[in-house]
Amino acid sequence: MTNRNGRFGIHGGQYIPETLMNAVIELEEAYNHYKDDPDFNRELTALFNDYAGRPSRLYYAEKMTKDLGGAKIYLKREDLNHTGAHKINNVLGQALLAKKMGKTRLIAETGAGQHGVATATAAALMGMECVVFMGEEDTVRQALNVYRMRLLGATVIPVRSGTGTLKDAVSEAMREWTSRIEDTHYCLGSVMGPHPFPTIVRDFQAVISKEIKAQILEKEGRLPDAVVACVGGGSNAIGSFYHFIGDAGVRLIGCEAAGRGIDTFETAATVNTGRVGIFHGMKSYFCQDEYGQIAPVYSISAGLDYPGIGPEHAYLHDVGRAEYVPVTDEEAVRAFEYTAKTEGIIPAIESAHAVAHAMKIAPSMGKDQVIVITISGRGDKDCAAIARYRGEDIHE
Amino acid sequence: MSKIRSAFANGKAFIAFITCGDPDLETTGAAVRAAVENGADLIELGIPFSDPTAEGPVIQAANERALAGGVTTDKIFAFVKELRRDVSVPLVFMTYANVVFSYGAERFLGTCREIGVDGIILPDLPYEEKDEFLPACRKYGVDLISLIAPTSAQRIATIASEAEGFLYIVSSLGVTGTRSEIKTDLASIVKVVRENTEIPCAIGFGISTPEQAKKMSELADGVIVGSAIVKFMAKYGKEAPKYVGEYVRSMKEAMK
Repeated sequence: MTNRNGRFGIHGGQYIPETLMNAVIELEEAYNHYKDDPDFNRELTALFNDYAGRPSRLYYAEKMTKDLGGAKIYLKREDLNHTGAHKINNVLGQALLAKKMGKTRLIAETGAGQHGVATATAAALMGMECVVFMGEEDTVRQALNVYRMRLLGATVIPVRSGTGTLKDAVSEAMREWTSRIEDTHYCLGSVMGPHPFPTIVRDFQAVISKEIKAQILEKEGRLPDAVVACVGGGSNAIGSFYHFIGDAGVRLIGCEAAGRGIDTFETAATVNTGRVGIFHGMKSYFCQDEYGQIAPVYSISAGLDYPGIGPEHAYLHDVGRAEYVPVTDEEAVRAFEYTAKTEGIIPAIESAHAVAHAMKIAPSMGKDQVIVITISGRGDKDCAAIARYRGEDIHE
Repeated sequence: MSKIRSAFANGKAFIAFITCGDPDLETTGAAVRAAVENGADLIELGIPFSDPTAEGPVIQAANERALAGGVTTDKIFAFVKELRRDVSVPLVFMTYANVVFSYGAERFLGTCREIGVDGIILPDLPYEEKDEFLPACRKYGVDLISLIAPTSAQRIATIASEAEGFLYIVSSLGVTGTRSEIKTDLASIVKVVRENTEIPCAIGFGISTPEQAKKMSELADGVIVGSAIVKFMAKYGKEAPKYVGEYVRSMKEAMK
């Protein structure tokens, strides 16, 4: 699906400073060498299985199914992975690749802190130095994850530039990479940025859909009717979609963070409110003003609080293969609470966006139909924020 | 021949970078004129971008001040049109790909020609992606300036052989901003550049003192100074043009 310089239709590309060009070319060459290398894949599979706890479960949510009264609902439990989210899949892959390339230092951006924690974890495991850039506002919103990263031996640098959120953390990590390339790998956390990152991250996350396919065939003897996942940059969504892209009967639905609504300025729903642009190394959809200035975005979820979307999603949208729907804060919070009460599973507020949409479509679907929702992460990190949303102030 | 060439006709060129609209366009105009009166041979006009990923803290802050002041691409075009009445040195825009893409490459570069902008520098548009804007640049006779970095290695020859206007040699790793020392082996880079192109080359990133300007101008055809000038804008605001003029004079003196 990727062609020259990593294009997905018109999207993707390598819009980065010349200083970084040889670094991404070197990364692409290394990746092309190792991706089909049996030893590399054996090592990575061992890490996935023995360290991260894969394969993750595909759980039949019977109570939700009965309560919603329509399609059978399965939850892909990425929240059960080590470090509590799908982020570890990509990080173990990239850290192993970086190590093979002779890099001794990992840098990363993080929003909610899940990717930062995963990177700090992999760095600790592999004996690498780790520096994580995190928007100053997010270091306050997610103080626990800042502590976890430090506990794992990483240095966390609060980013004060711009809006002090995820996009600024990405910008700062890119700036840091231009100043120190020789020993440093930028462990990008989503299917975004310049080629080859969208492809590399997608390939490492594609384990999600590979497992879903085998698991659902075993449990139901058929493919699902819909796969639903939340989308910020879009790594868990592309991971969940990838092995179903060729199966036309499977609806692929990405749930964007609409914040306070797509008719307000307080939204992060990129496909629904943005337009094509060039930023952070890629051509894709971005929330921006009429002059191309990147818009400040908002979502209750720090992990979806990003003004762009990965280029492969932009392409899947353009060709109509995947649908991208907006889900508001309020809908996500209700789904967060519903999943906890109905199934005894507290999903990440990011993942709750996917649950919220599934709750909308399941009742009108037939009882013989099947929806898979990817629970990309666990929601412990969000409890304080959700309590606050409901007017209750708790201290962690 | 590109008009940009004329900036290199009178000895080593001094290229000054100024962010448009920092703190307002009137001050930008006065700063440009002060720089030109004191010997600047080419002016790089920054069109601010919300997220300038190749810039250090000084120019990031200038971008923020300018955008907070309400400057837009259209206001900058009107400003340059006015500036062109009495400023005749070559002018190039320095901005980010999305500013041009969002405006529309045809419309943006067509306007550049109309108002007398001779070239454009986009730090997030490497050689591999230049076809994004090159056709429109060619159509309207605006030079798309290429950059070469300390990490470019085997890419230097390829980039140089297709370069237009002048070549922007990035002195060091990292983002823009003043540096006490520049360690890159620039002489070797310039040598490969010379073997592959006739067009002039200028060194930028990290240059702030007359001593550095002298040293760099001995290696290349010109020097580019941004952050050191922008610091005057940050410190003196509307009073900055006077200081910018004095500074440019001292730098140009050192390069003689």
